[in-house]
Amino acid sequence: MGSLFRSEEICLAQLFLQSASAYSCVSELGERGLLEFRDLNPHVSPFQRRFVGEVRRCEEMEKTFTLGSPARPRALSEHEPILDPSVHQHLERKINFVAGVIHPWRVSAFERLLWRACRGYLVATFVEMPEPMEDPATGESITWVIFLISYWGEQIGQKIRKISDCFHCHVYPYPESEASRADTMSGLQSQIQDLSVVLEETEQYLAQVLDKVVLALPTWWVQVQKMKAIYLVLNQCSFDVTEKCLIAEVWCPVRDLTQVQDALRQGSYKSGSSVECFVQRIPTTESPPTLIRTNKFTAGFQSIVDAYGVASYQEVNPAPYAIITFPFIFAIMFGDVGHGLIMFLFALWMVLYENSPSLRQASNEIWLTFFEGRYLILLMGAFSIYTGFIYNECFSKATVIFPSAWSVATMANHSSWSSAYLATHPLLTLDPNVTGVFQGPYPFGIDPIWSLATNHLNFLNSFKMKMSVVLGIVHMGFGVLLGVFNHLHFKQRHRLVLELLPEMIFLLALFGYLVFLIFYKWIKFSAADSLVAPSILIHFIDMFLFTSNAENLPLYPGQVPVQTVLVVLALASVPVLLLGTPLYLWCRRRAPRMGHPTAVGTGEQEPLLEGQEAGNSVNVTKEDVESGGHSPDAEHLDFTEIFMHQAIHTIEYCLGCVSNTASYLRLWALSLAHAQLSEVLWTMVMRNGFVRLSYAGGAVLVPVFAAFAVLTMAILLVMEGLSAFLHALRLHWVEFQNKFYVGAGYKLCPFAFAPDTWE
Amino acid sequence: AMTAHSFALPIVLFSAFWGLVGIAAPWFVPKGPNRGVIITMLITTAVCCYLFWLIAILAQANPLFGPQLKNETIWYVRFLWE
Repeated sequence: MGSLFRSEEICLAQLFLQSASAYSCVSELGERGLLEFRDLNPHVSPFQRRFVGEVRRCEEMEKTFTLGSPARPRALSEHEPILDPSVHQHLERKINFVAGVIHPWRVSAFERLLWRACRGYLVATFVEMPEPMEDPATGESITWVIFLISYWGEQIGQKIRKISDCFHCHVYPYPESEASRADTMSGLQSQIQDLSVVLEETEQYLAQVLDKVVLALPTWWVQVQKMKAIYLVLNQCSFDVTEKCLIAEVWCPVRDLTQVQDALRQGSYKSGSSVECFVQRIPTTESPPTLIRTNKFTAGFQSIVDAYGVASYQEVNPAPYAIITFPFIFAIMFGDVGHGLIMFLFALWMVLYENSPSLRQASNEIWLTFFEGRYLILLMGAFSIYTGFIYNECFSKATVIFPSAWSVATMANHSSWSSAYLATHPLLTLDPNVTGVFQGPYPFGIDPIWSLATNHLNFLNSFKMKMSVVLGIVHMGFGVLLGVFNHLHFKQRHRLVLELLPEMIFLLALFGYLVFLIFYKWIKFSAADSLVAPSILIHFIDMFLFTSNAENLPLYPGQVPVQTVLVVLALASVPVLLLGTPLYLWCRRRAPRMGHPTAVGTGEQEPLLEGQEAGNSVNVTKEDVESGGHSPDAEHLDFTEIFMHQAIHTIEYCLGCVSNTASYLRLWALSLAHAQLSEVLWTMVMRNGFVRLSYAGGAVLVPVFAAFAVLTMAILLVMEGLSAFLHALRLHWVEFQNKFYVGAGYKLCPFAFAPDTWE
Repeated sequence: AMTAHSFALPIVLFSAFWGLVGIAAPWFVPKGPNRGVIITMLITTAVCCYLFWLIAILAQANPLFGPQLKNETIWYVRFLWE
């Protein structure tokens, strides 16, 4: 299967880069996005790294790109005199003027002080400036207040000037005569005009320059970011002794090694260096990162598996199976043709328009989540349609594709149900013992008569509970079987006999037998023995307690001894599971130490520590798979740890078998909840729209349908959909995956100039 | 109407159908990078859907009790369906 089945083979490699061509080589590698660089200078602080200067320059350039338009310098224009103090009462005295500008907050204080000091000898007028101007001292934009004080008397004048000084007013010369005032004004006006022309032209020029820059800005931005990324990567490399060569350690998929060599060759060529850079694989005992290549369809399913834990290096990946089992388990809890169809159509729309930029680049996170999972939702809807047909539910109504198997007429004729009899008996039951009443099972799904029956839950609950248990045990058995791939791949064949076999025996002897009992009872027992039909649950409990119940008839002759054998078998497999693997490892350890050249299983090449060959591609030791992480000190095996780990695994597995089987009953619970909610919406909302068969009734139907539609979407599709999604996810993550999955790996994060960042 | 439903016919038909999907179709998947995934999907779908349908039909094959109906239902089903 290749990429989705298990992680690709990843090797540790060293790149030898000439100092001159290092930049362009890394740039080439970044364009292709193949490798993950490892930090060879982890103890060096970011400020002490070699290329810290270059990184800083890039960051500064980035900052200038993010700034908005620079603040335009404001020219201080002179204030325009607004007042013409023509009227003055004291004609004899000479009137002088003080004109200036004052900060608006100081106006009232200024006025008060003037009044107290020079009362009666001055007239002060304050006018606000029409537009705010910049304060040359602080740079703030303030609406200055212009004042004009007319006074008489020299002393008053001095007082006024002193007061204006205190208040930090800007005082401007105010010409005495009318003519000079007019001159000053026209002079100022022409100055203002000149300045504004200059300002306009400067701004136009600036705008042109900025326009050109804006066009080029995205490319520069990209270039600067690429540059910064390359320098950050170069910071992670180490210089060799001669200081001419950069050494980088990378995780590289084995499949891409030739491409890497190609990229290095191109980089060397571009930088004009004569010596080529090259890549060399090196052996390692560390656990490499996991790389599973996905396409747009499989990516969604891989991400829900990764959300719980990234697969350990080269362990079997649950995703290819989850592509189908996850939507299927969802559909069991969501089964309704109508709701499934709506979900399917919504997902189909998203899939058909997946390349439209308005869908892809939306900023709403919730929408993006739905959009990323469009293939998931597509399959979920499709399977829901299927399970909806099996449950025979379409917006809670049953469809009669095939005629029902239950004959009411035959029963009525047999028991002489006349109209009078019916009138006095509100509820009557069809008896399958009567010939002709039950005519063979409905060929596809649940018989539509059950949707009309008042005791339909009695039947459906029994059916759904047994279905949940059967499907759960099958799902878990499949999970245990997937462990085979792991044991074979990691060359741990002893685990097949010492772990897988006891696990399967335990599961099948107890719960496989339960599945058998369920199917057997369905096939062998019919209405004829309905009064004495045995209870599977009681039999199952008695099986564990080694007792028997006289009233509970056996399902088949010889049941008790068979069950005893099965329980004994299951119990016997527990110590094998508990002690098998540790004892086996213990024996293998002791044998070489004691000098016995014991043949350790022919054909087995367990890559235990002493067998590690140099130059091998990375092999994961057993400890790596069990502990799921790096194996730092490969030589030292702690047996107490192994025993403890195995004991925990055994207890978890055995108790888990019981509790997880019960956990699958949520399939029944949620499908029941969905069906009941559907039915409530029908009986209490939609059905009320059909009450009156008249034109008025038609008008009533419209708001009733609106309410029905809104509630269906909100409660049944969104809420129930999310709920079933969550529970299906839980069943996969816990009940299914804890049978074989370790999930302690980490993803390969290749150094790449990712295209979506530059959009 | 009440027609006798045979038990064997659906079993044969659906087993054949899902057998085609899960056992025969994998042989015809064209070679390509996704061959393994498609085959896995086909087999998993066939197993899941077949098992689900089988459980539904077996659960109804030998009913231990029948539906309990309201008298109105009996009245109109009796004359409408049959």
